[in-house]
Amino acid sequence: MTEHVATNETILVVGGGISGMTAALEAAETGKNVVLVEKNPALGGRTSQLYRYFPKMCHPVCGLEINLRRLKSNPRVRVLTLAEVTGIDGVAGDYTATVKVSPRYVNANCTACGDCARAVELEVDDPFNYNLGKHKAAYLPNAMAYPQRYVLDPAIIGTPDADKAKAACKYGAIDLDMQEETIQVRAGAVIWATGWKPYDAAKIQPYGYGRFKNVITSVEFERLADVHGPTGGKILRPSDGKEAKNVAFIQCAGSRDENHLRHCSRFCCMASLKQTHYVRENYPQDGKSTIYYIDIRAIDRFEDFYQKVRDDASVTFIKSKVARISEDKDGNPVVWGVNTEGYKRYSTPHDLVVLAVGMEPSVKGMDIPGHIVADSSGFIEADPANGAVFGAGCATNALDVNRAVQSATAAALRAIQVVNKVAKAEA
Amino acid sequence: MADIKVAAYICKGCGLGERLDTDALVKVAQKDGKVPLVKSHDFLCNADGVAMIRNDVANEGVTHIMIGACSRRAKTEAFFFPENAVARANLREGVIWIRPDTEEARETTQDMAEDYIRMGCAEVKAMTAPGGNPNTGSNKTLLVVGGGVTGMTAAVEASKAGYPVVLVEKSSALGGWGARLFKRIPIHEPFKSPADTGVADLVSQVMGDSNIKVYLNATIAKTEGAPGRFVVDVATESGATHTEDIGAILQATGFTLYDMNKLPELGAGKSPNVVDQAGLEALASEAAAKDGVIRRPSDGQPVTSVVFVQCAGQRDTTGTHLSYCSGYCCNTSVKQAMYFKDANPSVETVVVYTDLRTPGNGEDFYRSAQEKGVIFTKGKVSQVLPSGNTSTVKFHDLILDDTDATIADVDLVVLATGQVPNSGVNIEALAKPQVAGEEGEAPAEGEAVEVKPISILNLTYRQGPDVPQLTQGFTDSHFICFPYETRRTGIYTAGPVRRPMDMAQAREDATGAALKAIQALENAELGRAAHPRSGDLSFPKVRLEGCTQCKRCTVECPFGAIDEDEKRFPVFNESRCRRCGTCMGACPVRVISFENYSVNTVGAQIKAVDIPDEFSEKPRILILACENDAYPALDMAGMNHNEYSAFVRIIPIRCLGSVNTIWVTDALNAGYDGVMMMGCKSGEQYQCHFVKGSELGRVRMSKIDDTLKTLNLESERVRDLEVAITDIKRVPEMINKYAEELVAIGPSPFKGF
Repeated sequence: MTEHVATNETILVVGGGISGMTAALEAAETGKNVVLVEKNPALGGRTSQLYRYFPKMCHPVCGLEINLRRLKSNPRVRVLTLAEVTGIDGVAGDYTATVKVSPRYVNANCTACGDCARAVELEVDDPFNYNLGKHKAAYLPNAMAYPQRYVLDPAIIGTPDADKAKAACKYGAIDLDMQEETIQVRAGAVIWATGWKPYDAAKIQPYGYGRFKNVITSVEFERLADVHGPTGGKILRPSDGKEAKNVAFIQCAGSRDENHLRHCSRFCCMASLKQTHYVRENYPQDGKSTIYYIDIRAIDRFEDFYQKVRDDASVTFIKSKVARISEDKDGNPVVWGVNTEGYKRYSTPHDLVVLAVGMEPSVKGMDIPGHIVADSSGFIEADPANGAVFGAGCATNALDVNRAVQSATAAALRAIQVVNKVAKAEA
Repeated sequence: MADIKVAAYICKGCGLGERLDTDALVKVAQKDGKVPLVKSHDFLCNADGVAMIRNDVANEGVTHIMIGACSRRAKTEAFFFPENAVARANLREGVIWIRPDTEEARETTQDMAEDYIRMGCAEVKAMTAPGGNPNTGSNKTLLVVGGGVTGMTAAVEASKAGYPVVLVEKSSALGGWGARLFKRIPIHEPFKSPADTGVADLVSQVMGDSNIKVYLNATIAKTEGAPGRFVVDVATESGATHTEDIGAILQATGFTLYDMNKLPELGAGKSPNVVDQAGLEALASEAAAKDGVIRRPSDGQPVTSVVFVQCAGQRDTTGTHLSYCSGYCCNTSVKQAMYFKDANPSVETVVVYTDLRTPGNGEDFYRSAQEKGVIFTKGKVSQVLPSGNTSTVKFHDLILDDTDATIADVDLVVLATGQVPNSGVNIEALAKPQVAGEEGEAPAEGEAVEVKPISILNLTYRQGPDVPQLTQGFTDSHFICFPYETRRTGIYTAGPVRRPMDMAQAREDATGAALKAIQALENAELGRAAHPRSGDLSFPKVRLEGCTQCKRCTVECPFGAIDEDEKRFPVFNESRCRRCGTCMGACPVRVISFENYSVNTVGAQIKAVDIPDEFSEKPRILILACENDAYPALDMAGMNHNEYSAFVRIIPIRCLGSVNTIWVTDALNAGYDGVMMMGCKSGEQYQCHFVKGSELGRVRMSKIDDTLKTLNLESERVRDLEVAITDIKRVPEMINKYAEELVAIGPSPFKGF
């Protein structure tokens, strides 16, 4: 929206997923100026890549639409996409952030008409679909993308495809000379809401992710289930496109494990319970889900949801930490382990294995500008040493969406406390 | 009304110029739309196009703008004219992108575009730019009800942001349950041992803050008004009443521990050596004050063995006890087991659980307990049999599948019983909101929730004295993305009254809720709406002289915004209103309207559509589409070029609840062949962002059959559809199928009248 000048009464929000958007909007709707910085070309983050939410089985883009409408009608939020904060100097109440903005090669003239995408030939991996599909190298990141503006993949810059895109655009929206920029943003307080990344499943060597095509992660499974995903919502296994009717869900893939993530990622039990619905929806007659778990953590009101899945005859629960996965001659992943209820060994073939991968804070290992106190898992702790840099959402803890939004709303108040103090001092 | 000057702008970009006869559209706007100033532009959303519009506003006195270009969801930065009334005719996503680019389609596509121009012109003329609710209040004080950890945190955090707080606590001291804890679950690295509660510090922060006024031994006798101008009577023990002017309210009334006496099979009430978790905290605090040894209540002997029974009276599938999990009890038992182990590693501590639930870094805490020698046994306790100074615990060992597993000679048994919210009166169990005039219908079966007789807020609201509950007594929100949305504007709930939670989460929750409360009072002062139409300056206006006191609006308002005066006329509390328009939809005499959304703005569009005669083979279908879900789905269908019938005319609506039946009857009378209503899912898993809007709309429309009969029309002429925002493929299919069905039924007999 309208660009306001950032001052030391501005709140800088880093990360444009649901936590960052929430923090930005809640602060702006309380009358504060906000600069929202997102590294991807569109807002929405990981929740926009989910097909449905537990426990209502509603669609995350429904809430995204509301948040985008709030954003479109609020001149107090200035959004920077393809932007990353590379440094923060100063003190609480008076920071200057350095923001690197990568070229989009498409300016504000873009009407999202799609002519450029029709003109180019090169297709590149589509990160929105966790690279399970491809999209054109001139693309709109997704149907709900905000800003609603196309992007050119850097891979086509300097190739004839780029010239084709430029020639196709009637509105002078394509600027192939766009360069990376570095800008300074002043802020009184910073909300760090960079979210999470799925734990790298390949590190769990015995599970064969990356070696066996039919072992996928829970976030990839969301894209397979999504009617607008790469398979049009059909649950087909990657190796041969066969219908995956017998699906195994492996809990704590990386979580609760001293060799991987020490913490429990909280959301994965509910996510797998939810995903059993996708199997049943796809194959109402003969879909089968098996959940291999240590404890089912359907915490608080979610218990009802768990009980309903428990009552579903198509879902089997096996209390077991899966030892390893192999592949049989038909490409079926075979799950090996011991059912601790009765100590029975099993080696069970499935059509598809979904690893309920844990949540790792994106901020972990990131060169966070300034000094931020984090716990041993990499989550930002609330600590006075952080000054006026406040964590929000999954940057602070393993949270589900509801709790992440709560956390982001709280972070907005903490930031407002700082900028109100600045305003008072200057009044 | 001030003079209005309407201008219409028609874009030729994005293929509109090639696919449509834009000169004809200009003529339609002039002739049918009767707009004096009509311009077309090659690229309306670019700087030059926008400057042209701005120039007309500045120099030509244009007040009302009709933009015939892309969807109202697109190019919002360019077409941002908050001072003006604006209507957008969706010619791109709504016309050329959903029609094939063929010669034979050209005529019907042009018809569609021309109708949208007519509709846009008619709509904008019926609008005025909203000026904000004038009935505001500017009180900035936050009322916090409840002086436990949640309430105190909210008070301190609001005060830090510069807002005065009135904190009301019913007992004689601050602290709540938190003050009764010996230690808390750790919230910082290394997550290995119980930590100090910090409650005493919090109490002194509250007491030492001159910005926070504390009432102890006090309750809320009366709450009236609206955000920004609540007037609250605080009753104190002495019988005195203090009146406070309040901007917004935060209810942090916490929980009551589930009564363990309902669990005699677990030994509760049969021996002092069977306690709940609060009982154990008391024993631990008592011990700490002496020699640090936790003693058996029956005879004061040191405890040498203790069993923790998880999910006592919780996660119950029989319907007798709590069906939910309270979330905090696993970590609490881990902590309490450590009370013993840290003092004396030889004390036997066993936790019997079905699923151990220690999310996040609780896992480290759990691991630490295992390292300290706490035994965790997966099982379900069936019986605790006290005898003398010890008890026998019988359980189903789920690992060995031993239904008769036993732990004998246990000194102390701790039952993890869970949280019951202190949420006040369940106003919906008292009176299920029904559409007025439905006497005789059996009320829907209420949930098995105890009706608590004592109100907490004593709201003077027409719809009852407390915040509506969601489920099992919790005053939670149903929304994943918007956890704080209660159904009473400017009143937020936080802590275990909202949802079961531990202290760390309660503190976070309190901080977030405090922000929402502050935001509500700030926006109330500016006359703006709260979520989900945050910032909306329109508000419901009522022509009382036409009102028949039927009470539909006061009963149906999903947010309890409308009261009744002594003559049973509605009293609109605009700052409590969320602008969904349910009242407008409900009103049989159509006296309720918003400046930019009214029976007229939609009605005028319906009337503006050109209805070809019955021989033209061009049926007309009206679609009323929820602007949050169905309309975006239709837009995205356009972006994907999913084609649908050229015979539909789509009008976005705020909510299905805002649909007034007059729109449907007017459309049918005017010769439309069918009406499709597209709203969000209603019922238990509702997805309506106005909570009850789509449900109330559907109840209202279920009566449309009578109207159809009166008109001698087939019931198929009106279709109520549940549409989700992701129905990008499905919606065009539904439209096309319906269009075919209508062809089979034949044209409406009302054409040409």
